[in-house]
Amino acid sequence: MTTRRDFIRTSGFLVVSASALPLELVAAQAAGPYPDPDFRQLDSWIVIRQDDTATFFVGKTDLGQGTGTAFRQIMADELDMPYEATSCVMGTTDVTVDQGGSGGSDALQTDGYPMRRVAAEARRVLLDMGSQRLGVPVGQLTVSGGVVSVTGDPSKRVTYGELIGGRRFNVTLTGANTDATTGVAKLKTTQELKIVGQSPQRYDIPPKVDGTAKWAVDAKVPGMVHARNVKPPIAGAKLVSVDESSVKGIPGFLRVVTRGNYVAVICEREEQAIRAARQVKVNWEKPAAAPFPSSENLFTYMRSATPTFSAPPVATGNAETAIAAAAKVVEADYEVPFQGHVSLGPAHALADPSNDQLTIYSNDMKSYGLRNGVAEFLKIPRDRVRVIWLEGSQAYGRTAADDAGFEAAFLAKEIGRPVRVQWMRNEETAWDTKGPAYTIKMRGGLDAQGNLVAYDYDARAADHNHLGYNEFDTVLIAQLANQRKAQPARGGAATPSDMYVVPNRRMAVHVVGLPLVWETPLRTGNLRDPNGPQVTFASESFIDEVAAAAGADPVQFRLKLLTASTADDSGFKRARSIAVVKAAADAFRWDTRPSPKKRDSGNILTGRGIAYAYRNQTVVAQIAEVEVNRRTGRVWVKRFVIAHDCGLIVNPEGLKRVVEGGTLHTLSRALHEETRFDTEKVTSVDWTSYPTLTHADTPERIDVVLVNGDPNPNRPDLPHYGAGETVCKPTMAAVANAIFDATGVRLRRVPFRDARVLAALKAANV
Amino acid sequence: MANFTLRVNGRAQTVDVDPATPLLYVLRNDLDLHGPRFGCGLGQCGACTVIVNGNTVRSCVQPVSQVRGEITTLEGLSANGTLHPIQQAWIDEQVPQCGYCQNGQIMTAKALLDRNPNPTDAQIRQGMAGTLCRCMTYYRIHAAIKRAATLRLASLPQGRPEGPSRDEVQS
Repeated sequence: MTTRRDFIRTSGFLVVSASALPLELVAAQAAGPYPDPDFRQLDSWIVIRQDDTATFFVGKTDLGQGTGTAFRQIMADELDMPYEATSCVMGTTDVTVDQGGSGGSDALQTDGYPMRRVAAEARRVLLDMGSQRLGVPVGQLTVSGGVVSVTGDPSKRVTYGELIGGRRFNVTLTGANTDATTGVAKLKTTQELKIVGQSPQRYDIPPKVDGTAKWAVDAKVPGMVHARNVKPPIAGAKLVSVDESSVKGIPGFLRVVTRGNYVAVICEREEQAIRAARQVKVNWEKPAAAPFPSSENLFTYMRSATPTFSAPPVATGNAETAIAAAAKVVEADYEVPFQGHVSLGPAHALADPSNDQLTIYSNDMKSYGLRNGVAEFLKIPRDRVRVIWLEGSQAYGRTAADDAGFEAAFLAKEIGRPVRVQWMRNEETAWDTKGPAYTIKMRGGLDAQGNLVAYDYDARAADHNHLGYNEFDTVLIAQLANQRKAQPARGGAATPSDMYVVPNRRMAVHVVGLPLVWETPLRTGNLRDPNGPQVTFASESFIDEVAAAAGADPVQFRLKLLTASTADDSGFKRARSIAVVKAAADAFRWDTRPSPKKRDSGNILTGRGIAYAYRNQTVVAQIAEVEVNRRTGRVWVKRFVIAHDCGLIVNPEGLKRVVEGGTLHTLSRALHEETRFDTEKVTSVDWTSYPTLTHADTPERIDVVLVNGDPNPNRPDLPHYGAGETVCKPTMAAVANAIFDATGVRLRRVPFRDARVLAALKAANV
Repeated sequence: MANFTLRVNGRAQTVDVDPATPLLYVLRNDLDLHGPRFGCGLGQCGACTVIVNGNTVRSCVQPVSQVRGEITTLEGLSANGTLHPIQQAWIDEQVPQCGYCQNGQIMTAKALLDRNPNPTDAQIRQGMAGTLCRCMTYYRIHAAIKRAATLRLASLPQGRPEGPSRDEVQS
C-alpha cells in the first residue's frame, strides 16, 4: 500500500505547483483504502522538505476567488516562510483533512483559524528544534523567511528544511473538531502579519491562461468511457420503456442504463454518447397533474398557495398599531423569479471503480460531502471512496448538490469501467438547482416629521424541499431512481439583514411548495448568498420608496436609520454600516437630494441609486449610476461604486476582483435572468432562452473602496471576515433605485429586461 | 470512421474519427488539447473557441471533416516558453475568477487584436459580445485587452509607451 506520506515524498510535482494533485500521479497512486487524514496530527496539514519548501494541505476548495492563494498567505505568515516557497493542496479527501469543502463565504472567517493555528504550531516546534540545534534558548532566536538564527549573530543559523525536511513532525494537536484544531502556539497579532495584506498574484491564473491547468473536465484514465443522461421530457414523467435497438447501431455504443426514472447511455467516445442520448427512443408516461404553474402565473400561485411552513414573526414594538397611526403609509410588493446557477461548464465528473475502490475526479466544492454521499448511495464503505478535487467551472453553490458525481459513480459501479459523465447545455440550464423565487409584501409608516416608525416585511419563498449538501437521498439521481428520503426538506425564507433602527418592526416569512415536489427541474439550492439578493431587492428598494415618500435623500435617510453607537454589539455593527455607507457616498461624490431627480430631456435618462447590506459581519454599500434608454427600455449601469468592509483583508487585489465579480453576477440577475417554464417543463434551455450579462453590459467603471474600518480606535483590529456573497445582496436594489431616480418609475419585479422596463415607462408616460 | 489530418499549433496530426465529430472532441479527447472546453455545444457561449486561419471558430459545432487550414488552440499561443502578450496581460490584470470560459475570452481577444490592434471601448464590447463569462469578469477582460494592445504596440518600432493599468487610471 502506498501511504499518503510515500506519495508526498515521491511527488516532486507538489513542490513547484499547484492547486491540485497531478492526475497521472494520482491515477498511479494507492490502490486504497482511503482512511481520513487525522486532523489532530500536524503532519496532516503541513509538509516541509529539505529544499526549504512547504506544502499546506487544507480541506477547502477554491471556486475561483483565489482562496488558495489566501490560505498560502495566512499559513506562510504564521509559519514565517516566504510565500513563494509554499504550495497548497485542497479538497482531496484522502490527502487533506475534512474542513467541509467550501460554501457560505467562510473560508477565511472560520477555516482560516485552524490553518493559522497549525502553521503557528509548526513554527513553535521548529523554533524548539532550532534551539536544540544552535544551543541557545528560544528567546534568543530570530526566525525569518524559514531560517532560524541566533539574535545578533546571523552566522549561527539553520533552515526549516535542515531541521525537519523529509521527516515527520509527530506533533499531536487538540480540538473537538477540525474547526477547533489547535496546538499550543499563539497566533500572531495583526501588526505582526507581513504577508497578509499584500497582493501576491493568484498561483492558479498562469496555468489557466496558458492551457496547462488540469481541470475536472480534463480528467482521463485508461479504459474510460462516456455517458450522457436522458432527462424526462416532462417534469414528473415516468419511464415506461427504452427501445435499445434505436441506438444499437451507433458505433461505440455500450449500454443504456436505467434505474427508476433515471436513464443514461454509455458509449466508448464522447460524441457517440451525445448522439446516442439524442437518438434513443424512450417511452415516457405523462404525469396526471401539471407539475407547476407556468412562469407567467408563478407569483399569483405563490401568493395564493397555503404555506408549507411559516416561521413565528420577529417583532419589535407593534408595527400594525404604528402603521394605523402613521401620518403616511407606504406599501409595495416585490417579485423575484427562479434564477439558475447556469454554470458555463455543465455538471461533470469521472468515476473510476478500479481495484474495487471508487475514485471520483470532481470539481465539487464540497468534495467530502460527495465522498460520504456516494458511499451511502452505493452502499460502499467510506474508506473505499475518495474524491480528488480539481478546478471547475463557476460553482457558486451548484456543486453543493453535485448530481454528476453521483451519476458517474453509479454508472461506473454498474458497468465496472471508469465513466465520465457531463450534462448537456439544455439539461444544465433547465435542471440545475435554482435560487428560490420570492414574493415580498412590505408596508411602512412615516410620522409627520418623515421618520420611519413602522416596518412590516412579509415574504414567501418557493423553497419547499430545498436541496441539502450532497445528501445521498436528495441529489437528482436519488430522486429519479426512487431512493429519495421520505420527507422533503422544510426549506426556508430569509429576513432583511440591515442594521436599521425602526421602533416598530415585524418580519414574517413563509415557505410555499410547487405541486411537484420531487423529480422536478425547479429544485432550489444554494445560489451565491441563497436568499440575499431577493430579500435585499425588496428591503432596500422599500427603504428608497419610504425615503422618497418622506422627501428625503436616500443616503441621509439610511444614515438616520443607522443611529450610531459603539456601546453594544449592534451599535458597533451600525457604526461600521455608517462608515461603509459614507465611504460609498464619498467615493461617488453623492449630491444630497431626494429621488427622483428632474428627468433628463433626451432619450437617455440618468440616475443613481444606493443600497446597503450586512451579512455575517461583512458590510457592503453599493451605488449604481444608470442610463435608461427611454426608446428601448435598455438599462445600462455605467458605473458602480462599492464600499466593502470584511475586516482584515488578506489579499486586497484579489478581494477587489471578487467584489467586482459578485456585483456583476447579481447585475446579470437584476437585468436579465429568469427561469421560464410552461406547465410541463422548463423552457429556459440555452443562452438564448436564458440570457445573461454580456460584454456589452459591462460598466464603464467600477470603484471598489476597501474600508476595513473599525470606527472605534480603541478596539483591536477586526478579524478576517468572509467575502464573496455579501456583495451580491444590494445590487438588484441599487439598480432599481437608480432607475427610479432616473425615470421616476419604480420597478418591483426582477429582471429589468428591456421590454418590461419599456412597458413600465410607457405606463407612466415617461 | 475516417482519417483526418489536422494542422494544430504547427504540427500535423492524424485522427480516425466519424466525419461529423465536432472538432472540440477531437482536440480534447484525441489530441489532449484541453484549452478549448465544452460550454453549450451550440456555438453560443464561446468556451470552445479556437482560431482557424486567423478567424475564431466555435469548435463545438464545427465538424472535423470541414476544418481546413491551420488550427491554433490556447496551448499554441505562447512561443518558445514565452507567453503571448494577451496571456501576459491576462495575468497582469488577474482576470479570471473560475477561469472556465477564459479560453474563449483569450482566443476571441486575440482574433480581435489581430484585426484591430488598438480597439476602442465600443469595439471591444462589440467584438467580444458573444463570448460569455458566468463569473462576469468582463470588466477585467476589457482592461486586459487594452493592456495587451498597449504591450503589442509598444513592442513595435514606432510603438507608444506602455499605458497605465485600469487601477492606476482610477486612483
